[in-house]
Amino acid sequence: MPDTASPPGPAASNASLRAYLRGLPGVDEVGARERAGELAARSIKSAAKGRAIDLAIRMVDLTTLEGADSPGKVRAMSAKAAHPDPADPSAPAAAAVCVYPDLVSVAVAALRGTGVGTASVATAFPAGRAPLEAKLAETRHAVASGATEIDMVIDRGAFLSGDYRKVVEEIAAVKEASGSAHLKVILETGELGTLDNVRRACWLAIRAGADFVKTSTGKVAPAATLPGTLVMLEAVRDHHANTGARVGVKAAGGIRGTKDAVRYLVLVNEVAGAAWLTPDLFRIGASSLLNDLLMQRTRLASGTYPGPDYFTLD
Amino acid sequence: MSDEIFEYAPAPESRSVVSLRPSYQPYIGGELVPATSGESLTSVNPADEEPLAEVAVSGEEDVDRAVAAARRAFDTTWSAMPGAERGKYLFRIARILQERARELAVLETLDNGKPIRETRDLDLPLAAAHFFYHAGWADKLPHAGLGPDPRPIGVAAQVIPWNFPLLMLAWKVAPALATGNTVVLKPAETTPLTAMVFAEICQEAELPPGVVNIVPGAGPTGHTLVSHAGVDKVAFTGSTEVGRQIAATVAGTHKRLTLELGGKGANIVYDDAAIDQAVEGVVAGVFRNQGHVCCAGSRLLVQESVAEEFLPRLRERIERLRLGDPLDKNTDVGAINSAAQLGRIRDLAATGTAEGAEAWSPACELPERGHWFPPTVFTGVSQAHRIAREEIFGPVLSVLTFRTPDEAVAKANNTPYGLSAGVWTEKGARMLWTAERLRAGVVWSNTFNKLDPASPFGGYKESGYGREGGRHGLEAYLG
Repeated sequence: MPDTASPPGPAASNASLRAYLRGLPGVDEVGARERAGELAARSIKSAAKGRAIDLAIRMVDLTTLEGADSPGKVRAMSAKAAHPDPADPSAPAAAAVCVYPDLVSVAVAALRGTGVGTASVATAFPAGRAPLEAKLAETRHAVASGATEIDMVIDRGAFLSGDYRKVVEEIAAVKEASGSAHLKVILETGELGTLDNVRRACWLAIRAGADFVKTSTGKVAPAATLPGTLVMLEAVRDHHANTGARVGVKAAGGIRGTKDAVRYLVLVNEVAGAAWLTPDLFRIGASSLLNDLLMQRTRLASGTYPGPDYFTLD
Repeated sequence: MSDEIFEYAPAPESRSVVSLRPSYQPYIGGELVPATSGESLTSVNPADEEPLAEVAVSGEEDVDRAVAAARRAFDTTWSAMPGAERGKYLFRIARILQERARELAVLETLDNGKPIRETRDLDLPLAAAHFFYHAGWADKLPHAGLGPDPRPIGVAAQVIPWNFPLLMLAWKVAPALATGNTVVLKPAETTPLTAMVFAEICQEAELPPGVVNIVPGAGPTGHTLVSHAGVDKVAFTGSTEVGRQIAATVAGTHKRLTLELGGKGANIVYDDAAIDQAVEGVVAGVFRNQGHVCCAGSRLLVQESVAEEFLPRLRERIERLRLGDPLDKNTDVGAINSAAQLGRIRDLAATGTAEGAEAWSPACELPERGHWFPPTVFTGVSQAHRIAREEIFGPVLSVLTFRTPDEAVAKANNTPYGLSAGVWTEKGARMLWTAERLRAGVVWSNTFNKLDPASPFGGYKESGYGREGGRHGLEAYLG
């Protein structure tokens, strides 16, 4: 099967990359949607729900990616990530905060000693329309400022026009520029059009050195979807079966409520397997989700819903 | 490590929506009337073997009365009623089924053992859909392509199985009523309860008395019904063995007959199939409803060149199936419907091993009480093995391989049955080529076990004759 064939390396020609990607097993969209829908109907209750909520909090990349972002906003969000619920010290911390490169140093300073990571988007996020040198310079700046994770975007234009080589080369170059920082590769599934493309883009990213594959920037609709994430989880599962290495998955954008978050955890559990149920291998990129998780967490513990004013704004 | 992180807590659907009576009587002429037989049978929850309710056994006299009531209703009200009026009753029944869906889903799960996920998401929506669909036909019969003024046949004797009790009732009752026939229906002896609630629904819908009559009982009641001189049409869904007896009983009479019998469906997976979705389809094809599905894809024909890749994925997927309490919303595989059926499955599975095939089941704990059989996959199966030929009607998959499309078709067709088949390929031309050559009443393309009231369903060869559903299904009830 193509999955197990060793694929062309980063230096491969477009023709060999194309042949490789076309050899991957197809994705039947109807079937994938149906499977995702079935898993979304799982009913997660009581103790399992409590564990799921805590796990989801630990997987959150608390994100602000606006033109209006300021150091004050990033400091406030960092404090929130480290201590999501001031009223309840048992609430776990989020996985990371995710900001633009120029604000990385602010986040790093605010998060020192908390164990919360600093993720920086890079490579001309969200469109990715910039020369490679600019993308690499941006990446190096973020890493030099102390980012522990880099969230890059792929060149969707190159991917859709069949220039797979360009996609692979860019990812490999950014990976090198990222040094020891973890590299998350954003596929922007909402622009790829088909689940076949999602699987192909996944394989390109994995082969080019991604530590994580990530669904979306959050700037394009639809952002994360269950069927798209299902296909990505299948890809990392298959990659593990072939090589023994585990690549992570990040679902980002549009996950606003606890119910949604739990659905993603069920998907991870039943598609990739329970080994992926850790912040090292699954992340949720979100901002408003965290408060809903905290609210549900408090409700499980106390039996009543506190109002939104009992939880802090980011 | 995972189990500690995120093991699903029990999520049982509440039983309180169901209020069972201690005993149920035949529904004849619009009333629940005590059976004259004096006998009764106990309907049992197959998941824990607890008795649910006593249900009267209808004797000859009861069947007589039911047929007479149906005849009266046919002559005096139903056959003469304008189609648009009949349609209103069907729409009303469909809506009540939707309104009482939760109650009926829980009751079906209790009585049958199938997971609530399936009764909730499949059985009940489809049962209501059948009534809605046929309600629409009731005033359009002259446009069904069966002549300018097709006429109802008369009294229909209908005998249904235990695997989809309410859904099979809907498949039988809805077209009969839409076309102006009246009905005497015998539910299966192990799963009569939703049919008895359906009797209440007929009352609630104010269906004219005698249009639907329900006579619970076992084999003898069914025999009495189908051999009754007063019925004009016999419709049966169930085993080929019983179907053959009914065909013999009905032969030489004026009665019209449709039979929907067993199957040994093949799922053909070509090397270019969308593998993950094909795995899903194979799993849904044979493990849904514990394999108690006449159109189950109980034979997997996988192309030899991908078998090595496909089978580990299939096993991995089966390992994730959740077997247990059928009322738990996260259960994928429920209980086997009866001790007798469990015995049959065990016997046939044992012959598989004895004939040299290799059995595999996931490590799964079976509940102590109730009737349970783990999902089982046989590899190393050849066409000559009994498990490749006989209908097991349980969660047992036989895996065979093929090398070329010709061989796939030849093997798929090499069965006494001809009910269903599935084809998995991303190549359109190959899909059509294969589907054209398969001798099966239903061929699914990149999916499996999809049913819709607008789509005719039925078999070839020992899988029976006649079609149910769609425009074709109307033909069985119009003269």
